[in-house]
Amino acid sequence: MSSLAHESTKPEGVFEQFETLDQQQDTYMIGMWAFLVTEVMFFGVLFLAYAVYRWKYQSIFYEVHNELDLLKGGINTVILLTSSLTMALAVRFAQLNDKRGQLRMLGATLCGAFGFLVVKSLEYSAKFQHHHFPGPDFRWEDPTVPASVAQLFFSLYFAATGLHGVHVIIGILVISSLAILVARDHPLVKGDYIPTEMIGLYWHFVDLVWIFLFPLFYLIPK
Amino acid sequence: MWNFPIAPPQASNFASEFDALFGLLTFLTIFFTAVVGLVVLFFVTKFRRGRTANRSAPVNDHLKLELVWTIIPTLLGLAVFVWGAKLYIQMRTPPKDAYEVFVIGKQWMWHVQHPNGVRENNELHVPIGVPVRLTMISQDVIHGFYIPAFRIQYHVVPGRYTTQWFTPSKEGKYPLFCTILCGTQHSEMGGYVYALPQPKFSAWLANGGNRFQKPALTLGDQGKQLFDKLACTNCHGTQDTLRGPSLAGLYGKTRRFTDGSSVVVDESYLRESIINPYNRITQGYEKTMPVYLYKKQVSEENIRQLIEHIKSLGQPAAPTVAQQLESMAVRPAASSANR
Amino acid sequence: MNATAQTHAHEPNYLEAGHSVRSWLLTKDHKRIAILYLISTAIFFFVGGLAAGAIRLELTSPKGMMLSSDTYNKMFTAHGVIMIFFFLLVAVPAVLGNFLIPLMIGARDLAFPRLNLLSWYMYMAGGLFAVLALLLGGVDTGWTFYTPYSSMYSNSQVTLTIVGAFIAGFSSIFTAVNFIATIHKMRAPGMTWFRMPLYCWSHYATSVIIILGTPVIAITLLLVVIERAFKVGIFSPELGGDPILFQHLFWFYSHPAVYIMVLPAMGVISEVIACFSRKRIFGYQFVAFSSVAIAALGFLVWGHHMFISSQSMYQGVVFSFISYLVAVPSAVKIFNWSATMYKGSVWLASPMIYALGFIGLFVLGGLTGLYLAGLATDVHLTGTYFVVAHFHYVMVGGSILAFMAGIHFWWPKMFGRMYNENLAKYNAIVVFIGFNLTFLPQFILGYLGMPRRYHYYYFAPEFQFYHILSTAGSTVLGFGFIVPVFYLLHSLKYGAIAGPNPWGAKGLEWEIASPPPVHNFHTIPIVRQEAYAYDAVAEEQVLDEERERTKVKN
Repeated sequence: MSSLAHESTKPEGVFEQFETLDQQQDTYMIGMWAFLVTEVMFFGVLFLAYAVYRWKYQSIFYEVHNELDLLKGGINTVILLTSSLTMALAVRFAQLNDKRGQLRMLGATLCGAFGFLVVKSLEYSAKFQHHHFPGPDFRWEDPTVPASVAQLFFSLYFAATGLHGVHVIIGILVISSLAILVARDHPLVKGDYIPTEMIGLYWHFVDLVWIFLFPLFYLIPK
Repeated sequence: MWNFPIAPPQASNFASEFDALFGLLTFLTIFFTAVVGLVVLFFVTKFRRGRTANRSAPVNDHLKLELVWTIIPTLLGLAVFVWGAKLYIQMRTPPKDAYEVFVIGKQWMWHVQHPNGVRENNELHVPIGVPVRLTMISQDVIHGFYIPAFRIQYHVVPGRYTTQWFTPSKEGKYPLFCTILCGTQHSEMGGYVYALPQPKFSAWLANGGNRFQKPALTLGDQGKQLFDKLACTNCHGTQDTLRGPSLAGLYGKTRRFTDGSSVVVDESYLRESIINPYNRITQGYEKTMPVYLYKKQVSEENIRQLIEHIKSLGQPAAPTVAQQLESMAVRPAASSANR
Repeated sequence: MNATAQTHAHEPNYLEAGHSVRSWLLTKDHKRIAILYLISTAIFFFVGGLAAGAIRLELTSPKGMMLSSDTYNKMFTAHGVIMIFFFLLVAVPAVLGNFLIPLMIGARDLAFPRLNLLSWYMYMAGGLFAVLALLLGGVDTGWTFYTPYSSMYSNSQVTLTIVGAFIAGFSSIFTAVNFIATIHKMRAPGMTWFRMPLYCWSHYATSVIIILGTPVIAITLLLVVIERAFKVGIFSPELGGDPILFQHLFWFYSHPAVYIMVLPAMGVISEVIACFSRKRIFGYQFVAFSSVAIAALGFLVWGHHMFISSQSMYQGVVFSFISYLVAVPSAVKIFNWSATMYKGSVWLASPMIYALGFIGLFVLGGLTGLYLAGLATDVHLTGTYFVVAHFHYVMVGGSILAFMAGIHFWWPKMFGRMYNENLAKYNAIVVFIGFNLTFLPQFILGYLGMPRRYHYYYFAPEFQFYHILSTAGSTVLGFGFIVPVFYLLHSLKYGAIAGPNPWGAKGLEWEIASPPPVHNFHTIPIVRQEAYAYDAVAEEQVLDEERERTKVKN
């Protein structure tokens, strides 16, 4: 069934389990896409739960959503979109083996990510102050809206944006690690743009989730 | 311990058709298990390693065979599916003139209420030959109401009504069980169903059930008292007012809401409009009805009483099934003479 | 039998390469990771089995024997949580899949070895939380965590247990990502998709189910934890939530989950039946595509767990219809496996006895699923012991018997030692008998109306006869699961040395030494043949000649 094939010397940077660099790069990309499928399903559940309750409590959700800070949400949308651009440029620089360009773009992406978190924390702290965080401290002043349903809106809001925020934080950790490795010419990333591309895919996904979150929560039509 | 049955008694209108379908499935199960088992045993014996047999020209695929053993099981399966679906649709479609019973499940017992006010706990008395429709709701967690002898079962869910129906067909005492894990005493939340011939049932009902004291008020009357006590009449009178629409003849009519949607008024809508009135506002009105916080001001029993009262508003005075059954007991001499 | 195995004379096998604890706990070798999983899943299996023993003991009397109702509820929950999340979902893919997939496709390791090790650590972390939950009092909601009981009413360790299952879910996801990438990209030259062993097809389909389904249950359970922690009403009607939404989300994963548990097992059966019939699997392409069909259709039937939950009857009709369809690909597999033995040379070695047991028990179990897929029949049978019997037939009679078949089949490859074959054969029969005695009476119990998760049944004491039969069977079954531990461990030190291919099987894994060298293949093979290139006629000729020779000698 088998026959002895001529053993080829493996090029530098190819891990033991792979035969060629192409195989290694293709494999990493498939792995990343498979992982992103799981991420889609993660957020999908929250979007589904939100859709079910928004359909059930249409008018209440509309009223409650007016409490969300449209300006800050909009700023965050612009920030994330820009950071996706800088990330894509970082991938491009990696492909061109331009270390400085890559580090600059990774740095810009990190700035965007941090900026997003800063704006988010301002939003969240305002919510805490107004007693809009779900839990025993929750208060809703309008008596024509059942407090439990208002709390449900905020539960879904915090669950979805919170999970997204966790992904932003993970993104910051991963992008920083990448930047450090690139800066130090670490063999894992030297001459190989695939790690950057993989992380780029992840970051685009994080951006994409926000592109759905923002209109769904912040832009409910009357 | 040696008294072991192999099938539950057939005590409802569904039981015999159910058992026939069950029997067909059992036949198919045993048949195909036997066929596969015997074929495999045959091959294992005939082609046992070391045994002489004709193994030349082995077959590794055969499209026709694949199609045959794909299509035939599919068709058999679909036939069984159709039968099961038809019976199920029957089970889910109660007749209009059913005897209505209200069931509340709670940790860890069953409250049963008959329309004339008779109550029972962990027991259910039903008349033979009369369709019975159970409207059920839970006060806490999900329970399940199951009467094996009738072949009926349905979840009892908090926050919404669920229903099931059956026509008892055989006199007897049959176990009923809770079938959704609901906490510590889940397996103790059972009881018995008593299927009685109509005259006996009517007598039981008219004499106040197990308490042997005729209840002072029917469910609907209790509802009227509550309706007055909670000052519903302030806004819901006999005519539409600026404050609130009239509820006369509402049950079964179509209601239109401010967001454009509409619904045919049923028990579920009435329940929602009592405890969460702002979700759907009737066209022409605004958010002015006081909210009756679930459990704090009205219990599930209360809600049921109000619904029974609302159902009776503006309705012609045709006797309900419950009233008919009860009235049968009023002439005990006549009915026993007929037997 | 085969050509000389590819061993590089001086390369150590994977068991010899490093004896320190560190070399095992920080290994990147898929084979060592498989062994780590073997040990940990076995431990969880026996813990779950103890819980089962407690359950069966309690049910011998209508009024229970010695446990309080709360403890009983915690016992069956522990049994379900451990057996499903920490044994059935993991055993075949993570033990046998990890060990074999690279070998079967001619690769040196999985695509992502470090991710593989992380998978095992996540599994252990999840298990740790589950055990911690047990030690701190246990959880009493049933493995299905129905709301609002689990989110608002239960006073047990719901959150801890959910955290354990959540983390274990990541373990599953990482393994699936690994398998998908590996099977796509690391097959040896010449090994096209349709030359791949069917074992790999089934693991590929399983991995697709895992990546689509597991995140759903993860977030759903997370929402339950949020509801418990913050007392919000995501699934609680008092606070505006919908308990049926929980059920939809839960079963969207948990139905495909049963295919995660059974598809890898079916992969094992394909390999074992081919080898011990000395024949190519009949209808290879049909078997391969039926794995894919099961995975796809499996995502469309979740509502058959909810026929009486208050969903509309139209929803019920759709789910019931598709549920009957999803049974067909499994039936196709059974027929193809049976036909494989026609004109084969059937060797009743212990793996084959387990595989034949699988066929019988899976057919019965699968057909009883049709009762539950049917709307009217489900109304009476759901929530009863009929369901319990059905899923134990397919999960134990199916998946676990297949796992046993696989362990016995590949044991000599994994450890280079043969176990006591005769003892193994008799034990397989004991397992088969014990299993049927335990679970066949439960079908009748369910039909009679005995609800599941019941501690007491004093409303219907006539059920006791069947419970006693079932408990007697469970004792035999338990014995049947414990005995292999002893003869398998015994073989590690005292078993006969097994060569590269003691069963005479076809497949790349059988062409290398037993135990395999660290890097599997000295040179990556080039594949020029279909899978299962067996020749029963030639085999029988060899046997005939041997018989002649011994006759002449005498």
